[in-house]
Amino acid sequence: MEIFVQQLINGLTLGSIYGLIAIGYTMVFGIIGMVNFAHGDVFMVSAFIALICFLLVTTVLGITSIFLALAIVLVVAMFFTSLLNWAIERVAYRPLRGSFRLAPMISAIGMSIFLANFVQVSQGPRNKPIPPMVTDVIVLMDSGGYQVTLAWKQIIIMVITALLLGGFWYLVQKTSLGRAQRACEQDRKMAALLGINVDHTISLTFVIGAALAAVAGTLYLMYYGVANFADGFVPGVKAFTAAVLGGIGSLPGAVLGGLLIGLIETFWSAYFSIEYKDVAAFSILAITLIFMPQGLLGRPEVEKV
Amino acid sequence: MAVQTAETAPPAAPAAAANAVLAPAFKDALIAGLVALGLFGPLIGFETVIIDGALGLAYRPSLLAIMVGIIFVGRLLLNLTVWSPNRRPATHAGPTVFERVGTLIGPGVKPALLAFAVLFPAIAAYSMGGLNQSRYLIDLGILILTYVMLGWGLNIVVGLAGLLDLGYVAFYAVGAYTYALLATSAPINDFFAGLFGATFWANWAFWFCLPMAGIFAGVWGMILGFPVLRLRGDYLAIVTLAFGEIIRLVLINWVDFTNGGAGIASIPRATFFGIQFNAGPDGFAALFGLPFNPMHRIIFLYFVILALALVTAFVTVRLRRLPVGRAWEALREDEIACRSLGINTTTTKLSAFATGAMFGGFAGCFFAVRAGFVSPESFTFDVSAMILAIVVLGGMGSQIGVAVAAAVMMGGMEMLRNLGFLRQIFGNDFDPSLYRMLIFGFAMVAIMVWKPRGLVSTRDPTIFLKERKAVSGDLVKEGHG
Repeated sequence: MEIFVQQLINGLTLGSIYGLIAIGYTMVFGIIGMVNFAHGDVFMVSAFIALICFLLVTTVLGITSIFLALAIVLVVAMFFTSLLNWAIERVAYRPLRGSFRLAPMISAIGMSIFLANFVQVSQGPRNKPIPPMVTDVIVLMDSGGYQVTLAWKQIIIMVITALLLGGFWYLVQKTSLGRAQRACEQDRKMAALLGINVDHTISLTFVIGAALAAVAGTLYLMYYGVANFADGFVPGVKAFTAAVLGGIGSLPGAVLGGLLIGLIETFWSAYFSIEYKDVAAFSILAITLIFMPQGLLGRPEVEKV
Repeated sequence: MAVQTAETAPPAAPAAAANAVLAPAFKDALIAGLVALGLFGPLIGFETVIIDGALGLAYRPSLLAIMVGIIFVGRLLLNLTVWSPNRRPATHAGPTVFERVGTLIGPGVKPALLAFAVLFPAIAAYSMGGLNQSRYLIDLGILILTYVMLGWGLNIVVGLAGLLDLGYVAFYAVGAYTYALLATSAPINDFFAGLFGATFWANWAFWFCLPMAGIFAGVWGMILGFPVLRLRGDYLAIVTLAFGEIIRLVLINWVDFTNGGAGIASIPRATFFGIQFNAGPDGFAALFGLPFNPMHRIIFLYFVILALALVTAFVTVRLRRLPVGRAWEALREDEIACRSLGINTTTTKLSAFATGAMFGGFAGCFFAVRAGFVSPESFTFDVSAMILAIVVLGGMGSQIGVAVAAAVMMGGMEMLRNLGFLRQIFGNDFDPSLYRMLIFGFAMVAIMVWKPRGLVSTRDPTIFLKERKAVSGDLVKEGHG
């Protein structure tokens, strides 16, 4: 029971991070129908930007309040990551609209390789550890030796995720940008005819996706305390799995999928085998795509000639 | 120029016209420079280094300035020349100089390359002044040919059938582990030792396992392909990626069977059809009356991989003329049209997948016998990505393009390592192979944006009505060549 509750907490924390990344996949897929393979690496780059900013803030500026530092790091990481994703879309994806169907995917794979190796070359291949930012924990249950704890950093992750998702929900449902975005999702040509700047909307989709990925990257850095150039690939594939599981194109689906993947991963590690946890995630991806390509909350896709 | 186009500025006001070009060009370049500063600022401007056990920052302002400067100046020059609004669009139709040269030397390229590949060991030995000195070059040749073969194998799947396979390395791994496990298996060794003598299996393992590796990989291709082939293109890519990773993770974690991350060592070496390359009286050198030289085995390996690669190319060329090959190409162009014309898309895709996988398996078997050691480390996603990049760079579907891309990307990087002046510029620990994947990634994006049909984009149509015409990739929409 205690182990179950503990894993539930850990799983929801991890799932929040996956959910934030998954939104970037699902939004881009919804609007231009491409799998943005580089999104996992954008997430990894954001963790590095957060790392550098954190070092700057704490060592150079000498800010000791951890919450102030975290807020600054979040904002800076969001800004630079958004700029990066904006530039990537401009350079690597926009010229390919109307090209053959695999072209954006191949370009995205190239971009993913480029980003990972750019970080490797510029920052070195080693793990970059930072001292833990938040160490306090709350003991929820105590039963003879095994304590169920809820760490403050887990609370921070869940609260920030919930707040951001609320704001993001408002943005998509209530603002004119959100309406434009949903219109482009349904029919890009019609939206353009009705006076929506489609290119602009697509750019903003990438920017929003990157901002959420940057939050995930910062939280990931805070949670695990380490950044590595290769850390984009596996979380990226898992977040994509989350997006697919929830139904690609569906925003609540991405969050639900993220939480499910986080839970499955932690429970799998706790009860079956930690060695095969990635195999479990990859298998879920394959099984979902083969047997349930529309996911839990997605619409079935109709192929038209 | 007889025709004055409306866009061209009148010659009466050259100064004003120049100003009208320069100011926006400068502004645009400035914005590009600022964006570059934002992109490179955090990651190039600062370096995270470990100082006294804790992470600290080092600053690299000059490097950052150089990078931003390159972007700014490059963008400015492009704005003033190639993208300049005053630039007259090229008006002459017809082939450019490059294309004319290409058509002229086109028929000779393949025989010339083939002759070079066959004579390469001799050329290497002659130019380096001896067999032993040429080892490095011949090893490099083997590496390049392995990637040429893998590229050609993947080309069947990606280039001909249009199925993006991101898990190709899985079949390479299946081939390598097939050989490694069978050749080091004690029961099989004992079984053959009882029948044909103690050294039989060690001598013949490679030649028995080579077809086995191909068959196993092909079967795995079918097993993995069967459930996924009704998925659309990009889903298929992701699922193959997942399968590739699953196979690698199983190889790492199933320690009883594969010896896990430690890998399998002391795999029997290749033999000259049962004759070992050793200094003994039964060895290759003694039987052929040559002085013993360890290079014999390396040169033999070179010819084995050359033969394997040529078989791959030959089979592909032949298959393209068969109904199944035409069905592959038709499938690549339009799946729905294919289905409505009565082509069984599942079988067609499966055959492409299995054929590509089989060649991956052959290459894997060769890899195991050359290295004498296999471990899951050699079968990461990076290898899949590298092979895919070679196929994409060479032009999907083009055989010669893939070969050239493999030679340039694998060989070129190795060659750069030996250029002394680069080391003087970039410092002594400069290692160009670190930048290989960086360049691969960049090149994949650049090719897609700039020349989606690959660098060698002229392709002979497989089927033609009266005469064979080479079609430039620029003249046809992608998917209609």
